[in-house]
Amino acid sequence: MHIKYESFVREPLVDGNKNYHQVSEDIIGPIERKPGRMWYVGFIFSVILLLFGIFSVTWAVYWGLGTWGVNRTVGWGWDITNFVWWIGIGHAGTLISAILLLFRQGWRTGVNRAAEAMTIFAVMCAGQFPIWHMGRVWDGFWVLPLPNTRGALWPNFDSPLLWDVFAISTYFTVSLLFWYCGLLPDFALIRDRAKTKLRKLLYGVASFGWTGTAKNWQRHEALALVLAGLSTPLVLSVHTIVSFDFATSVIPGWHTTIFPPYFVAGAVFSGFAMVNTLLVLTRKILHLEEYITIGHLEAMNKIIVLTGSIVGVAYLTELFMSWYSQSWGEMAAFQWRIMGPYWWSYWAMMTCNVVSPQLFWVKKLRRNVPFTFVMSIVVNIGMWFERFVIIVTSTYRDWVPGSWAYYSPTWPEVGFYLGTFGLFFTCYFLFAKYFPVIAVAEIKFVLKTSGDNYKRGMERIDNQSTEEFVHLVHTHHEEEHHEEPAHH
Amino acid sequence: MAIKKFAVAAYDDEEVLFPAVKKVRKSGYKIHDIYTPFAVHGLDEEMGLKGTDLHIAGFIYGLCGTSTAVGFISWIFTSDWPIIYGGKPHFALPAWIPITFELTVLFAAVGMTLTFCYLNQIMPGVKKHVFHPRQSDDLFVMAIELNNHTSEEEAIAFLKATGAKETSIQVAEASWWYGRWDKKEPYELQHAR
Repeated sequence: MHIKYESFVREPLVDGNKNYHQVSEDIIGPIERKPGRMWYVGFIFSVILLLFGIFSVTWAVYWGLGTWGVNRTVGWGWDITNFVWWIGIGHAGTLISAILLLFRQGWRTGVNRAAEAMTIFAVMCAGQFPIWHMGRVWDGFWVLPLPNTRGALWPNFDSPLLWDVFAISTYFTVSLLFWYCGLLPDFALIRDRAKTKLRKLLYGVASFGWTGTAKNWQRHEALALVLAGLSTPLVLSVHTIVSFDFATSVIPGWHTTIFPPYFVAGAVFSGFAMVNTLLVLTRKILHLEEYITIGHLEAMNKIIVLTGSIVGVAYLTELFMSWYSQSWGEMAAFQWRIMGPYWWSYWAMMTCNVVSPQLFWVKKLRRNVPFTFVMSIVVNIGMWFERFVIIVTSTYRDWVPGSWAYYSPTWPEVGFYLGTFGLFFTCYFLFAKYFPVIAVAEIKFVLKTSGDNYKRGMERIDNQSTEEFVHLVHTHHEEEHHEEPAHH
Repeated sequence: MAIKKFAVAAYDDEEVLFPAVKKVRKSGYKIHDIYTPFAVHGLDEEMGLKGTDLHIAGFIYGLCGTSTAVGFISWIFTSDWPIIYGGKPHFALPAWIPITFELTVLFAAVGMTLTFCYLNQIMPGVKKHVFHPRQSDDLFVMAIELNNHTSEEEAIAFLKATGAKETSIQVAEASWWYGRWDKKEPYELQHAR
């Protein structure tokens, strides 16, 4: 048996004087209370946005895609821009829960639940765009390899667009399973605490009858570890495959081998920014500042400055390669990106993604909550422009100057985009009200090593010599069981 | 369905639980199970439980996914309906790697999760006896199986001596059943103490 001890150099992951029961109270409490005024306002606003989105999409399906601004030259406009943007945002959750689990990063426990939820909702939003972009959406099932009467016509398994169908549906399914398995013990907690019959019934069903036996937990840990191991290459594969949609074509500006790592870094960058946007609000509204600490925000800001710099290097590499290739098509594409009629989108991207995150090298700014919030939005605006730059400014001037065009979105396209915000936030508001936004069981797991009060209780161990420490390990557990955590 | 009698001890600290498990096993009592609010590392070993082979199942499901993808695509593209796409050969294995990978992960994840639910006997609608309402909150609850020959008083006294904070004797269904969580079972009302 090991003694629970962690160095003082590490910041506590849970602030305040907490014990196991207090953790349950703090995180489950908001679910059992009536939501505040802000929740209703936000929720109703989200539903209105969602309804407007449904109206915009219905309009486009009824009248046809001619209602969108896309044309013969720019075939992918806001729809695919938004698709890539949302799917990129959907990368942070699984990165936090899977990759940080494999790297044994304790701080993930405070943020993984909300980040995974965000991932699932973002992938749901992303999925809308290719589906409705089909136009004749009633034929959408043609992308599936189903036996059929069309001369046994199968989808093209050699095409990146079909790889995308498999990648995104797999990603959604695996993320959902991973998330839900983690939720089972927390639903069981809500069920066992429930005072009302309806809550007991519903959370009883949702918890699948989880009771937390030793064997349950042993398998739960095994499942989480393997799912993390599977999700880690999966999360990298998804945006790699999204980048193949572009990189395997022969369009100047798309036809480049740097795309997979560049897209993955960008996805992590925007995903963490969105996690920060949501968590800064969630911790404030639900009073979870002691669980989602400044240390958590700082850790994510560090990842933002790292991935932002990788993205910056990728932009510069692209520019260099277009010159180094000496291919006139490549050179023209990049010249027009920087100085053509869409110059404003390129420079918005550069400012938001490359220049502004560099401010996070300053520790004071990394730990400043309002600044983090503003930066998280700036980064997501920048990443939206990155996708817009890649998609629109590579296609608006094609091989035939006679068909050069300028693309602007029409209201159904903008409405569609706003509608996905409605979908995203409707889901997030429901999640924040009815689901434990922090993984309770995981916080309890790290509480005695990383909780503020428990770390303080370890101070005397820190001052001991090795001989004393070893002696303590041998006798401590046999005789002094009832040691209360140090209070301050 | 098997209704049994249990002596139940609730501990409020995992550091007390571990020596208690050791003592209970040494004295010959049969541990039905231990319920904890979170994963307590080493508890399964302390109880003498074997490790889980769930990951091996996952590996096999993954292999099924790989062979499904490769088998299905190669049958379609070389035998059922061969078409040349983009100048690639009919058997274009490198182009199938992404889908093969995705199906491997999908089969492994879905198969493992279903196996996890089956082994743990959990499903929507499944109900199990909860020995202590705080076993998912802050208590570590050990249930010891009693038979007609074991003395209830002795068992309780023994559990108290191991440092249990609360103890009780409960008659309960040892397995799972289909039921509603908002309703009490007839046997629960019958045996209520």
